Amino acid sequence: MRLISQVGEWFDRRLQLAAPIREVAEHPVPRNTASWWYVFGSAALTVFFLQLVTGILLAMIYVPSAGEAWSSLQSLNHDVTLGWFIRALHGWGSNFMVAIVLIHMVQVFLFGAYKFPRELTWIVGVFLLLMTLGMAFSGQVLRFDQDAYWGLGIGASIASRAPLIGPLAVKLMLGGPIIAGATLSRFFALHVFVIPGMLIGFVCLHLLMVLRLGINEWPMPGRLVKKATYATEYHELTRTDGAPFVPYAIWKDLFFAAFILLAVAACALYFGPFGPTGRPDPTIIQTSPKPDYFFLWLYALLSLLPPSMETPALLIGPVVVILFLLLLPFLSGEGEKSWRRRPIAVLTILLVAISLGTLTRLSGYTPWSPHMNAWSGDPVPERFLHGTTALERQGALVFQGKQCRNCHSLGDLGGQRGPALDSVAVRLTQDQLIRQVIQGGGNMPAYGKNLSPAETTALVAFLETLHPAGQAPARNAALEESSESHPSAQP
Amino acid sequence: MSTENAVSRRGLFMKLGILFNGLVATALAAPIVGFVLSSITRGRANAYLAWVPLGSVNEFPEGETRLATFRNPNVTPTDGKTVETACWVRRVEGDHFQVFAINCAHLGCPVRWFPQSGLFMCPCHGGAYYRDGSRASGPPERGLFEYPSKIENGLVTIQAGELPTPGPSAALVGKKPPCA
Repeated sequence: MRLISQVGEWFDRRLQLAAPIREVAEHPVPRNTASWWYVFGSAALTVFFLQLVTGILLAMIYVPSAGEAWSSLQSLNHDVTLGWFIRALHGWGSNFMVAIVLIHMVQVFLFGAYKFPRELTWIVGVFLLLMTLGMAFSGQVLRFDQDAYWGLGIGASIASRAPLIGPLAVKLMLGGPIIAGATLSRFFALHVFVIPGMLIGFVCLHLLMVLRLGINEWPMPGRLVKKATYATEYHELTRTDGAPFVPYAIWKDLFFAAFILLAVAACALYFGPFGPTGRPDPTIIQTSPKPDYFFLWLYALLSLLPPSMETPALLIGPVVVILFLLLLPFLSGEGEKSWRRRPIAVLTILLVAISLGTLTRLSGYTPWSPHMNAWSGDPVPERFLHGTTALERQGALVFQGKQCRNCHSLGDLGGQRGPALDSVAVRLTQDQLIRQVIQGGGNMPAYGKNLSPAETTALVAFLETLHPAGQAPARNAALEESSESHPSAQP
Repeated sequence: MSTENAVSRRGLFMKLGILFNGLVATALAAPIVGFVLSSITRGRANAYLAWVPLGSVNEFPEGETRLATFRNPNVTPTDGKTVETACWVRRVEGDHFQVFAINCAHLGCPVRWFPQSGLFMCPCHGGAYYRDGSRASGPPERGLFEYPSKIENGLVTIQAGELPTPGPSAALVGKKPPCA
């Protein structure tokens, strides 16, 4: 024991770090901040360390070459001892990190911690969020499979829409005219050197400010932040109702950090690593690329926006959101901190969460995508064929053969791009059906050039049978009226 | 002249030192920026704009659309399979060809051809195109990208070294491509 303290003293004589470390550890924090709500920042830092360690381990095997990356990932999954587990830890760690950073941000927002004097801590935090998302996207590229390849194409298509600099931005992003070796290499440099370097710097700055300015006190409804008096009030609070950070508050951080690491490890163990999916070979076109979990909402949004709104939304949307986040502490730097008296803040969070959740959910079954194999794979339910004429059955064949089923479902089977046709005859008359099939419209292609008159007749005859048993098909009231008043007009 | 305003010998040296570093940094910045932007500037060296063959004219029956693959003329040692690209070749009649990029004009996903319905469909966000490449429905703002093509010594050749992106032509909202 004596020896250890002697060695310790020897080092501290030279390092002189014991006193500042003790000062940091024992700095007083308001007692009520020793809460389970205040553990997300340290949890994000913990997962970041996990990502650093597992990332370095993966880099020992991974080959950042478009020709070999995929094989090196296979090798990690199948040949290298526990390679699959390290990949799984890194992949799940990435998902956890994005989630925890978002939760941390929501907590900070709802607790008004971005207000004076912590404006810059928030702004640095916004950059940390952007870098975390940058790591998530570039990491997905390094998992160089089909999803990564086509995901890069999507990124390039988005970048290309920037006015004036679009084509240059694409070449800069891809490292050349196409997605190839240079593309992967530069995303490797971004993912392994550039963004982590900036992350480490910004995390240090973020932490330094948390220590210097003190942790945000528990917001009390009615206790308003005023620039003139805040510092005095905060120091008074820590003096009268404060406790040393270590050990008073830190034990909850420690427990939560360990719990999160355990959760990442459990997911890694149970679910295993992410991909890689198919080989990144652009000649394999039978693929439906999808982004990773945290970008699924964007994938859904890009499917649902009207075409004319898409480019403005892609170019202006992110700028507006980021500017809003950066300006937030200046727009409301003082005043009420408690979420109990900030209904707009709470509603904003709810709105954003519900929107992102809905879009993510929608991307799970992509109602906007044609079902590529529905025409050849999905059977026509028996009830739609029972007692039909030869012409109507011929129409059912046309319906399948011309791939109408890829976008229209019958009996809940088939695409959802267009409306389900189980009861289309109730909605559209014969003339309207013919017009819709031949001319298209309302987001449906025109089939006039692809159907012979006989095929159209058969198809429409089949569609006219699609109505519930007790419900009559739609009829042209105008036509009937005229036929009633002028019976002779009928042929 | 008061002593407060006087430039000391060491102060002058420090300023000269900063100036010297500034000059060196500027001199080094030129090659660094040049390197970073090389992917843009090298593009103008147009090695990738060479014409590449897709196969003999006879491989493509008249009135049909077939998948063809080609190798990008611009290959680096680490590219692997990524320089192999697919495209859709439509032989309208005789020597009249249309060669479409595989990339959807929305966000670049690979479109598939359905000869039965005469449509190209995209699996990502549901874009659809007619057989002549014009937009049929879905989120794309324009028709499929068409590579410049010509027949040379009985071979269908195209100029296709670049990843087609909707960028510059996305502004042509509502304007139909020439093939529509």
